[in-house]
Amino acid sequence: MKPAPFAYVRAETLEQVFALLDQHGDDARILAGGQSLMATLNMRLSAPTVLIDITGLSDLAHISTDGTTLRIGALARHNQVMESAEVRELAPLISAAMPHVAHHAIRNRGTFGGSIAFADPAAELPAVARALNASLVLQSHTGTRTVHANDFFLGLFETALEPGEVLVGAEIPAIADGERTAFMELARRHGDYAIVGLAVQGRLDGDSFADMRLSFFGAGDRPMLAENAAAALNGRANKEATLKAAQDALDDDLDPMADLNGPAEMKMHLARVLTKRALAQFAA
Amino acid sequence: MDQNVDITLTVNGQQVSRRIPARTSLVDFVRYELELTGSHVGCEHGVCGACTIRVDGQIVRGCLTLAAQADGAVVETIEGRSDSGEIADLQQAFHERNAVQCGFCTPGMLLTAEELLAKNPKPSRDEIREFISGNYCRCTGYQAIVDAIERVATERNG
Repeated sequence: MKPAPFAYVRAETLEQVFALLDQHGDDARILAGGQSLMATLNMRLSAPTVLIDITGLSDLAHISTDGTTLRIGALARHNQVMESAEVRELAPLISAAMPHVAHHAIRNRGTFGGSIAFADPAAELPAVARALNASLVLQSHTGTRTVHANDFFLGLFETALEPGEVLVGAEIPAIADGERTAFMELARRHGDYAIVGLAVQGRLDGDSFADMRLSFFGAGDRPMLAENAAAALNGRANKEATLKAAQDALDDDLDPMADLNGPAEMKMHLARVLTKRALAQFAA
Repeated sequence: MDQNVDITLTVNGQQVSRRIPARTSLVDFVRYELELTGSHVGCEHGVCGACTIRVDGQIVRGCLTLAAQADGAVVETIEGRSDSGEIADLQQAFHERNAVQCGFCTPGMLLTAEELLAKNPKPSRDEIREFISGNYCRCTGYQAIVDAIERVATERNG
């Protein structure tokens, strides 16, 4: 299908974006890479009257670091993030997730910030942001504020972004010495949205899990941090009984929705299977 | 606000200027405004890859990119890449290995294969499969397409 008619503005400054958002309110949508938004417009799931294209704001496309924090601009393209040596060094979990983010042609245009702001519960990057304790930088004409990823994703496609605010980037704590990662997802076709998946970061102290963060996608109305499963792992040895306890704890952590892929029970089963596999990858 | 936009871009080496509805996708623009019908419209939501077009040297989904966003860009379609002769070996291999049946996916497959070989001149069969995973083919079962790309990679590496 074709999108409903709209006006198009290619913004040259953030101030111009804020002014347009003030003027048009809910009738305006921000267009970044467009790889999710254009699909929803083509299917007429959304019909804004103004699209504000922010891809010309090249200041928002930078990846930088001071060694302790990795900063990824909202407009960094997926393939740019995937190929970044800084990202690989300081946030290897992101590098592990990127090959699963859609397909090459989509990664040429899709943006890091766009994926997070769109907040698809089955998308990789929102879940990775929670696993990494990322902070999201939101800017409006009244100033800038920083929101922890745990407080950013509020529900199905719903975020802490207020009217008039723009996600301008993410701040990610660099991986610490001794921290390990794992990333795994199940999809019908490589690059498609996951049926269910998870991103893991934490430590192994000797044989015991510590500071575990297990963040699931496709397992609820938003990226889901499995706190009960993490509690079942922390301080315990990497043994069958520990893994079983973590799998069992997922019942209290996840709330998958039935969809075309299958019922919620099937997704819970897959989440348990993936958890065990991902923890094996984590410990390897 | 005005729902039309003025755009000027280079398509297959020629500069073109048009006034178009802002909602026009890049693939509809090249097909209906420029009558370059080698880029195909399949799913219109980014799944099938039939609309693959090159913008500033990178393949994109023509259905998820607005023509308005290509203002000032260098756009190449399968017609331009074919005329350049640079993918003649891929086209020949697709033909000889029977990697083309109905042909609907073929322009997108060729542009995707071209970008793969530019980035990774010696891909494994798994890497070929992963790279073309965003392009649906409903005829061949992919085996012949992977064969054709693999053969060109081998031949180009002498």
